[in-house]
Amino acid sequence: MTPVVTLRGVGKAFPNGTLALQNLDLTVNRGEFVSLLGPSGCGKSTALRLIAGLARPSGGAVVWGSGGTPARGDLGVVFQEPTLMPWASVAANVRLPLRLTHRPDNAEALVADMLARVGLDGFAKAYPRELSGGMRMRVSIARALVTNPELLLMDEPFAALDEITRFRLDNALLDLWQELGKTVVFVTHSVFEAVYLSTRIVVMTPRPGRVAADIAIDAPFPRGETFRTSAPYAALCRTVAQALAGAMGESLA
Amino acid sequence: MSAPAADETHRPWRDRLARVGLPVVALLLGCAMWELLVWAYAIPPYELPAPSAIAATLVEDRALLVESLMATLATTAQGFALAVVGGAGLAILFSQSRWLENTLYPYAVILQVTPVVAIAPLLLIYLPQPLAVLACAWIVAFFPMLANTTLGLHSVDHNLDDLFSLYGASRLQRLVRLQIPAALPMMLAGGKIAGGLSLIGAVVAEIAAGSAGAGSGLAFRIAESGYRLNVPRMFAALLLLSAAGIAIFAALSFASWLILRRWHESALVRAP
Ligand SMILES: Nc1ncnc2c1ncn2[C@@H]1O[C@H](COP(=O)(O)OP(=O)(O)OP(=O)(O)O)[C@@H](O)[C@H]1O
Ligand SMILES: [Mg+2]
Repeated sequence: MTPVVTLRGVGKAFPNGTLALQNLDLTVNRGEFVSLLGPSGCGKSTALRLIAGLARPSGGAVVWGSGGTPARGDLGVVFQEPTLMPWASVAANVRLPLRLTHRPDNAEALVADMLARVGLDGFAKAYPRELSGGMRMRVSIARALVTNPELLLMDEPFAALDEITRFRLDNALLDLWQELGKTVVFVTHSVFEAVYLSTRIVVMTPRPGRVAADIAIDAPFPRGETFRTSAPYAALCRTVAQALAGAMGESLA
Repeated sequence: MSAPAADETHRPWRDRLARVGLPVVALLLGCAMWELLVWAYAIPPYELPAPSAIAATLVEDRALLVESLMATLATTAQGFALAVVGGAGLAILFSQSRWLENTLYPYAVILQVTPVVAIAPLLLIYLPQPLAVLACAWIVAFFPMLANTTLGLHSVDHNLDDLFSLYGASRLQRLVRLQIPAALPMMLAGGKIAGGLSLIGAVVAEIAAGSAGAGSGLAFRIAESGYRLNVPRMFAALLLLSAAGIAIFAALSFASWLILRRWHESALVRAP
């Protein structure tokens, strides 16, 4: 296994004194789909921001597999909200990372390809406000993938969507992950979503966040509705839910 | 503003008629009563001219009045344009240098809170009259542009800001692709205010200049007609000034709607 990024004893204290993370050790390997699961406020978003380089750890280190720091465009981030530029068309939004990183001349083709992959072929010229919440999220995912990043960071991307849309996007995401062979770090509140998507689930403790449990989900891919309704899935959900309850110092009846 | 006409297409026609019709009916009734009063009490035109007399003056003096209107509008437009360029430009400079903002912003506020009526006479001493009038039209419009653009440039979505950092955007990329588009709605709102204020600034300066110079704007006509007790012409000029103000506001509102209609909530047309 090749590590893509390693968090070594990472701590994060905010200027107002809040200690969000303490002694967080986590290695993400190439090709993995890792979910960060934990109670609200345990520092999942903070951990993601540290990996993305949008904040600096106040202790420990974030180490990249390649040694140095990732090049611009080697990282894709999908935020909890779609975070699109309302003044720009869907195509222009997806193209933004290419423009900012001064990338290839075949941008048009790349953008069209990404839009097709997330199922938004006909919407290149639409504006974000003309799309549904789920479609906006797809645009956001297409944008994150357009630079062909090594690592994709997703912060509760589907939390605001209804269950039907969420299942559909979960499936679309898994397809993309398998096709493109990316490494994904996925933050979620949902035990069920985490088990369905991940190859590995990292359960975090309440603030200050640390790793409480690291659970491999060995179920084979592709996963579909059969997996979602299978006995092993239910058993895994129970194991993870117990680990989460344990991390929070409660016991599951 | 709301989309002109567009959001009304969904309304029943009666609603629409009432919205346009009622004010017009009220205006006609008011004018009729005014006319009647002037006629019944035989009020002389130098005390209160009848609407018909004002209309007649409007037609008779049209050459003079239109020339004056054009002069005032030209000053207003120049003052407004300079204010937009200067206000937005300075705000952009401020956004690049907190140090500069802290140094100069207080003076922009002082410029704003000092009544332009009080500054005009001073400007008239130091500047040739047309320039002084222009300066007044500029001063009052400058601050709304500066303040609104500054606010707009600061109100960038934090996640979008992070996204630009993630891809290592340069300052220029951030400014052009993120901050200015994000500020656009606020800038346009500032522009709508600034346009009307430019007219006010120009009028104030013309009035302050009074008969002193060779002014030729509408406000100058009002002052001049006042000295000559040509009250109908005063009213006619006033009417044109109001119309100019309305036209400026409508034009800027339309421009704003045109620019924002594809993406901004303020220009959103909702189905009923
Ligand atoms: N900029 C900040 N300044 C001060 N405290 C912060 C800041 N950002 C986050 N925190 C605090 O750090 C803790 C962890 O925040 P974080 O957003 O990482 O939690 P989370 O696990 O993502 O929660 P949620 O699941 O609700 O999104 C919280 O207690 C939060 O109040
Ligand atoms: Mg969070």
